[in-house]
Amino acid sequence: MSMNNQGRPSAIPAGAASFDGVTGTVTGNRGLQIEEPLIFEQDSAGRTGVDLPDVPKVASRLGAVKPRARVGLPGLAEPQVVRHYTRLSQKNYAIDSGFYPLGSCTMKHNPRLNEKMARLPGFSDVHPMQPVSTVQGALELMDQLAYWLKTLTGMAAVTLAPAAGAHGEMCGIMAIRSAHEAKGDSGRTKILVPESAHGTNPATAAACGYSVDAIPATADGRVDLEALKAKLGPDVAGLMLTNPNTCGLFERDIIAIAEAVHAAGAYFYCDGANFNAIVGRVRPADLGIDVMHINLHKTFSTPHGGGGPGSGPVVFAESLAPYIPVPYVTHGKDGFALVENAGEGPAFGRMKAFHGQMGMFVRALSYMLSHGADGLWQASGDAVLNANYVMARLEDVMTASFEGPCMHECLFDDRFLKGTGVTTLDMAKALIDEGFHPMTMYFPLVVHGALLIEPTETESKASLDQFVDALRALAERAKSGDVAYFQAAPRLTPRRRLDETAAARKPVLRWTPPVPAEALAAE
Amino acid sequence: MTKKFTKDHEWVQVDGDVATVGVTDFAQSQLGDVVFVELPDAGRVLEKGKEAAVVESVKAASDVYAPVSGTVVEANQSLVDDPSMVNSAAETDGWFFKLQLKDASELDGLMDEAAYKAFVEESH
Amino acid sequence: MRYLPLTEADRQSMLEAIRATSVEDLFRDVPKAARLAGPIGGLPNHMGELEVERLLGSMAAKNVPAGSVPSFLGAGAYRHHVPATVDHLVQRGEFLTAYTPYQPEVSQGTLQVLFEFQTQVALLTGMDVANASMYDGATSCAEAVMMANRVTRRKKAILSGGLHPHYRDVTTTDARFIGFEAVALPAAPTGGEDLLALVDDKTACVVVQNPDVFGHVRDYTDLAAACQAKGALLIVVVTEALSLGLLTPPGDMGADIVAAEGQSFGNALNFGGPYVGLFAVKEKYVRQMPGRLCGETVDADGRRGFVLTLSTREQHIRREKATSNICTNSGLCALAFSIHVSLLGEAGITQLAQLNHAKAVQMADKLAAVPGVEVLNDGFFNEFTVKLPKPAAAVVEELAKRRILGGVPVSRLYPGEMEDLLLVAVTETNTDADMDAFAAALSEVLA
Ligand SMILES: Cc1ncc(COP(=O)(O)O)c(C=O)c1O
Repeated sequence: MSMNNQGRPSAIPAGAASFDGVTGTVTGNRGLQIEEPLIFEQDSAGRTGVDLPDVPKVASRLGAVKPRARVGLPGLAEPQVVRHYTRLSQKNYAIDSGFYPLGSCTMKHNPRLNEKMARLPGFSDVHPMQPVSTVQGALELMDQLAYWLKTLTGMAAVTLAPAAGAHGEMCGIMAIRSAHEAKGDSGRTKILVPESAHGTNPATAAACGYSVDAIPATADGRVDLEALKAKLGPDVAGLMLTNPNTCGLFERDIIAIAEAVHAAGAYFYCDGANFNAIVGRVRPADLGIDVMHINLHKTFSTPHGGGGPGSGPVVFAESLAPYIPVPYVTHGKDGFALVENAGEGPAFGRMKAFHGQMGMFVRALSYMLSHGADGLWQASGDAVLNANYVMARLEDVMTASFEGPCMHECLFDDRFLKGTGVTTLDMAKALIDEGFHPMTMYFPLVVHGALLIEPTETESKASLDQFVDALRALAERAKSGDVAYFQAAPRLTPRRRLDETAAARKPVLRWTPPVPAEALAAE
Repeated sequence: MTKKFTKDHEWVQVDGDVATVGVTDFAQSQLGDVVFVELPDAGRVLEKGKEAAVVESVKAASDVYAPVSGTVVEANQSLVDDPSMVNSAAETDGWFFKLQLKDASELDGLMDEAAYKAFVEESH
Repeated sequence: MRYLPLTEADRQSMLEAIRATSVEDLFRDVPKAARLAGPIGGLPNHMGELEVERLLGSMAAKNVPAGSVPSFLGAGAYRHHVPATVDHLVQRGEFLTAYTPYQPEVSQGTLQVLFEFQTQVALLTGMDVANASMYDGATSCAEAVMMANRVTRRKKAILSGGLHPHYRDVTTTDARFIGFEAVALPAAPTGGEDLLALVDDKTACVVVQNPDVFGHVRDYTDLAAACQAKGALLIVVVTEALSLGLLTPPGDMGADIVAAEGQSFGNALNFGGPYVGLFAVKEKYVRQMPGRLCGETVDADGRRGFVLTLSTREQHIRREKATSNICTNSGLCALAFSIHVSLLGEAGITQLAQLNHAKAVQMADKLAAVPGVEVLNDGFFNEFTVKLPKPAAAVVEELAKRRILGGVPVSRLYPGEMEDLLLVAVTETNTDADMDAFAAALSEVLA
């Protein structure tokens, strides 16, 4: 079988149950932590949280379709709904409440000015199919954002259409394939992807009809240039490389890599998820990159919202620019215009129903304007400084996977836990009890038991020091052999370790109405 | 009735011209709690070294390769119903499928128990 | 620089701790020629809140907000009233500024929301299970087609001429690259296509939309059964999720997969995004689904809790064999959807859907009374197609000059085709006065 090193504990460790997390209150509540049933369990028939006008009396005109009997939704009044979601929110960790060093995810402060700007009715209450004459300001904003992104990357063209990073990857690889096809070159069936790549990279290549060939890493955590060269050939369509890479390191050989890729007639795709390390200091075009996506929800501070929405604009060098998908903004004679149909040029197609994640564009531009050229320079500098500081302060108690300097994140592996019985997962859970969100665990896959820490520039030194002090103490505790402490962590959270094994073996993916008592009796 | 092992951590036990295939105890210990298996249908023709089944834990999915070529005669239905048997009985009741052997000589290239043990110790 | 807490003194002491001479020194792995010497040229320096507000405010002021005028646009995005509670709750920092719930012990809020969202979507669509969201309705549709290929191991999709052309284009784009055939039928403004005749033993799925892009509502029960008899799946697309409050849901018609746009609940128009793709399937197809799934389990103390589950389908584990490359989805939009649906409840959703339909009926009658205007639909929900005696695009421009957003010209969706057709959508936000003003202005423009 294909062994893989992602296996890790997913059931509740035996030691975990030894701690009585339930305090013995009558309700199960614990002060500010209040238990909250599902909305479906709070139903009262006929109750509602909205007051609507009466329905005009007209004969319905539904054609051949019958009105449905019941949806099955619960009825709650507004105060119940407010309380439900407020209580649920209090069971979440968030950047607003604390340090969130989730590597590769760039959990930086989300300015509220951005939220205010995105809610201006001139942006939020505009329909995507309004006459272009009535949305000139919206198109201007998109044009401005495009200008900033092109300037910051040094690239010739940009599409704003993709909805997130992975969607941007797809867009970029589709453009690469279109360019090869336009040259009549159909023999390129492979995309090269380093072993350390994020899962979206190989998944994207496959979704675009390519096979994936992994390139190994060198001992210093970078792409093995010789191995890459050996794999390049007339069957390779492109290379997908993250830079700074997922180990938090800058690919020193990037220029040589780009040259080798180009010499083989392939294109160089850069996964720009880690652009925050270099934004405003290094222009990807100067590194030989042909196409790169940018996660506005990472580098440009748009909120992650518990899993989205994101936005993944893609910048292109001249060679790929003709293929960008529709729609895009152009400068027409009566102001801004929109090209909406693929039939109108070499565009490879369409990615999304409308023009892209406008709400995210406003937020990102609001952030860019706030920082400006000087602020972005400082921000990427501080992001890198913070990561190196954390690495320096942890190096003697944990095992850094590679030598520094690192870029915006620092990578440790679990060698420092060897023989202790404590795992990366246990460390993460113990950090939770100390009031921190854990770092990214078990990614990238190229080191064992990875712990990837990305502090971002929006943390103060005091906040970093607190985190480092806690982590140092936990590392010492692990080495002292206190396995039971770790296996019982977290103790202080709304829920303790969850049984993921049981969840996956017998999936329960929705609430189902309880069987009525009469039906049970009838059985 | 000897048991043979592959470098990819499958075991195969032959009885007449029928081979029973599973994953090794070492493999299950690396996977973590197994939550799902996908087995080949009876009648499927498998080629040595090619993907034959899938075994999943919560955070990992692995392909199981056919250690020898042949035609599937039976898949272990009780494993589908209770995948945890891969963890509790990897080399006995947790077998994956049975094959009608195509070429018994393919077995010669596989390791015996001692050789596999040594292989695991040295490579992990 | 208000977002940066480090002071110059902090930076100095941190550099000392690192034993680096300068921040620039930390960038030494970057080829020297590619390192800028100072802040990048061609962009302004930092600005205070006031200046940013002024600048962006001036851009916003150049747009005509749909709510500031009588507005009748639909075609896949609908202006509904979103209760104040929704926006208040989604702006709670604990929801807004959290990541994907990878650490379940500190993400029970988001996880329970997702579990409830999945249940709401399953109930609305009449399906067994739903995922935790996709980017939008169009990408849901494309993913549904790819999923049908995996399930059936066939490689051809038949797309109805009633499918929104942008959804069609997203699907055919994906199809072309991944390597399967997507046969898109010509636009069918009055219906009458024989989809079943095209289904053969290579067909993975048939994709229909309800109500379709021209507003027609149809019963697909027979089509579902006929597709399944030939080993193909029926995918039903819904672009106006509110219609599910009134119409027989796709699940009851026998759909195998439902791909829908959820923007109508809780989400503003936002000039086209972010929206929230809904994705629901029959139970037996769960392991072929794209996207995240939240499931119920218990914690170490035996209490009910929630986790992301069946992750081996996803890119972070399965990599090139994943069911989809999606990672970030539409979490916060799904939350907004869920809160709005919770506020409505059974009684509210039914009434709101009825209200939309009744107003659309009234509007259709008012427009039918305008000389030269013909309503094409027999059955519709809150959107219908009218035939005009003049090109619709020019009519819409004229209406805009009179400060009325009078629908979407069909030719904007199908360039060069059906230039006399106009799509008109009506929601609870349209008053009687709006409707009268629209009818009067249209009479004027057509006169
Ligand atoms: C390195 C890397 N690449 C790609 C992605 C995918 O981006 P998104 O989640 O926006 O689709 C991520 C984010 O998780 C990432 O960290």
